[in-house]
Amino acid sequence: MKDKAKILEEVKTMKKVATRPKCLSDRTFHYCPGCTHGVVHRLVAETIDELAIQEKTIGVAPVGCSVFAYWYFNTDFSQAAHGRAPAVATGIKRSVPGSVVFTYQGDGDLAAIGTAEIIHAANRGEKITVIFINNAIYGMTGGQMAPTSLINQKTQTSPYGRDSETMGYPIRVSEMLSGFEGVKYLSRVAVDTPANIVKAKAAIKKAFQTQLEGKGFSMVEVLSICPTDWGMNVPDSKKWLQENMIPYYPLKEFKAPKAEDAKGGE
Amino acid sequence: MASKVLMKGNEAIGEAAMIAGCRHYFGYPITPQSELPAYLAKHMPKRDGVFVQAESEVAAINMVYGSGGTGVRVMTSSSSPGISLKQEGISYIACAEVPCLIVNVVRGGPGLGNIAPAQSDYFQAVKGGGHGDYKLIVLSPSSVQEMADFTVLGFDLADKYRTPVMMLSDGYLGQMMEPVALPEATNIKKYDKPWATIGARGRGQNLISSIHLVPEDMEKHIEHLYKKYAEIEKNELLYEEYQCGDAEYVMVSYGITARICKTACVMAREQGIKLGLLRPKTLWPFPKMPISKLAQSKNVKGFISVELSTGQMIEDVRLAVNGLKPVELFGRTGGVVPTPNEVLTNVKRLFSIK
Amino acid sequence: MSKKNNKFPLNLVIAGFGGQGVLLAGKLIAEAGLHEGREVSWIPSYGPEMRGGTANCTVILSDSEIGSPVVENPDVLMILNRPSMDKFLPSLKKDGICIYNKSIIEGFTPRSDVKMIAIPASEIADKIGSTKLLNMVLVGSFMANSKAFSEESLAYALKKSTSAKHQNLLPLNEKAILEGAKYI
Ligand code: SF4
Repeated sequence: MKDKAKILEEVKTMKKVATRPKCLSDRTFHYCPGCTHGVVHRLVAETIDELAIQEKTIGVAPVGCSVFAYWYFNTDFSQAAHGRAPAVATGIKRSVPGSVVFTYQGDGDLAAIGTAEIIHAANRGEKITVIFINNAIYGMTGGQMAPTSLINQKTQTSPYGRDSETMGYPIRVSEMLSGFEGVKYLSRVAVDTPANIVKAKAAIKKAFQTQLEGKGFSMVEVLSICPTDWGMNVPDSKKWLQENMIPYYPLKEFKAPKAEDAKGGE
Repeated sequence: MASKVLMKGNEAIGEAAMIAGCRHYFGYPITPQSELPAYLAKHMPKRDGVFVQAESEVAAINMVYGSGGTGVRVMTSSSSPGISLKQEGISYIACAEVPCLIVNVVRGGPGLGNIAPAQSDYFQAVKGGGHGDYKLIVLSPSSVQEMADFTVLGFDLADKYRTPVMMLSDGYLGQMMEPVALPEATNIKKYDKPWATIGARGRGQNLISSIHLVPEDMEKHIEHLYKKYAEIEKNELLYEEYQCGDAEYVMVSYGITARICKTACVMAREQGIKLGLLRPKTLWPFPKMPISKLAQSKNVKGFISVELSTGQMIEDVRLAVNGLKPVELFGRTGGVVPTPNEVLTNVKRLFSIK
Repeated sequence: MSKKNNKFPLNLVIAGFGGQGVLLAGKLIAEAGLHEGREVSWIPSYGPEMRGGTANCTVILSDSEIGSPVVENPDVLMILNRPSMDKFLPSLKKDGICIYNKSIIEGFTPRSDVKMIAIPASEIADKIGSTKLLNMVLVGSFMANSKAFSEESLAYALKKSTSAKHQNLLPLNEKAILEGAKYI
């Protein structure tokens, strides 16, 4: 084993190829090992850095595993009641029109208790950006069935598998919102492979840009894993996402601003 | 003072809110408060204000949470069932210390009830209303003039103490027209809000939040809130005494009912009955001391809580009287409003006055 | 609420069908009272009751602070349709005044202990130019009977309550008021 002094000496001469985004605080994530929340946080933070909007960004944290999202971003934040993040974001954006406002919500928050809020914020074309984490389960409360849980998926509250007869079908939120006039950018991505992470980053950036240009509502649905509540290790989780989630929730850019949508930036 | 204009109570609130600097309103339609959002929808855009008709009461109160968190003066309004829906959000707002004004134009309930005037949301307003340990400042206007004045006062108190304020009104006050001297814009106080979430702009993070996972932290925060509430109790109590000096019987009554009681007082005096009225203008803080003082007075033989409910405020009157004198109730409920004559007849009945 | 000036407080109930201008008549009277420095209040019936087709409002003019804005026994009634006559006439104070539109109200039993003022208001209004003016005819009679405010104050109130678009209708309204004022 090399001694410590020698390692430090070597580090000095190394080229820096990656660094913590300025917008990301140095607090250790509270998420479970292998959880992709951390990846998505990083992508959002990188975007905020690249667009140089840290000083005017206000985040809205949900209720769910990412309830403490505000610990990790060096921006102003509001912590919303369960499902209400799009309403809170509406209030903020309407009060500080020059700001950049994003919500970060899970599938229980956005697609169950907060259905009305997301639909109407989208329909009003609120100039906010929504980062929607779809991992097909309630994480924080211990693995209950989410509106996005797949058919036959076993969860704490669908122990025999989700039965469409009594539990309905998994909601495709992006497909639902894609018909709304107020929605200007909408994309579904995944963070299962490096290649998909790069695509996810590009989508998140486009979403923020759509807001910056004052065009309307933007959302990125991110297919994510929850190794803890899925009861799998990380490689198996990624495989499960690829084999089960992507076929039902196809990765795709549903909507992107057309040139004529531009109303001049804010 | 400006000359008086004839206005509906609901409209007076809207105009006074804009004079107070409110440019943000989020609400959902419900009778009998519709004139207020209608007025603001018409006038806000002309003054560069924001009027949003939300998809639900729940969304509206959360928009208020976001908006108030940025430091602007923001309000919402509703009527009883809608206020019930807003309670979760109000609890968050109280905990996160977001200043705002919430108007409840109370109607008959429980349930969908009706749209007639009532005072049956007293408990909900003064005891918190939502979950957890908190209080709202509760203002009770009894005229259109006070609806305007208390709107300005409400915004001021909300900012001064970083706390939500509720105006408890009713269908009659909202619908009736009376002359109002509108408040002067020059008298409006402004407050620094270094805590507002408007983008960091070179400073550290500002956070509007109501979560305190560690019980000791939560307890500390609640203690902080209650220190603030103690200050409010000390400084902001408002009430009116009418013919109480020599009164043998004292009615305690607020809002529209207090006006009916005033007329009953005049009628009583004509019959030689020494009847007085104590009218709380703030329901929280409640005029405990003034009532307690009256209870200790030799003249006073008893109290009557007159309210449009089956007896809610009477509990606070009893606590204040603390057993020194009898406290009776005369209440009509479900949207029924008594006449002055009915009030007087019942006062006489309850205390066997000939 | 002093009893010194026996004219005030003056409690008035106006009732009729929705669309007959009941609420506006009340508002004019309140505005005229306010113009003379009185305390005034105006309170309508509202909600489903209105949807049912009837409308009424209570107006109080007073020299001192107004207590209850609703009154059990008004001093003056202004009645525009038959159902309102049946509903409100019994509540009128003894020696009170009931001003009503006799053009469409008939077959009821008048009270002998009050002053009944029957006005062919629909006909008068039609003659002046529009049935819509019938509320103004009754307001004119109220002014003349109650002497609660001057003609000038009423004209001021009328002007104030009329939108810029309809200012050209003012002369017709004033004429209707003067015609009504003949009925005392
Ligand atoms: S429970 Fe699931 S979603 Fe939540 S932090 Fe753990 S792995 Fe991530």
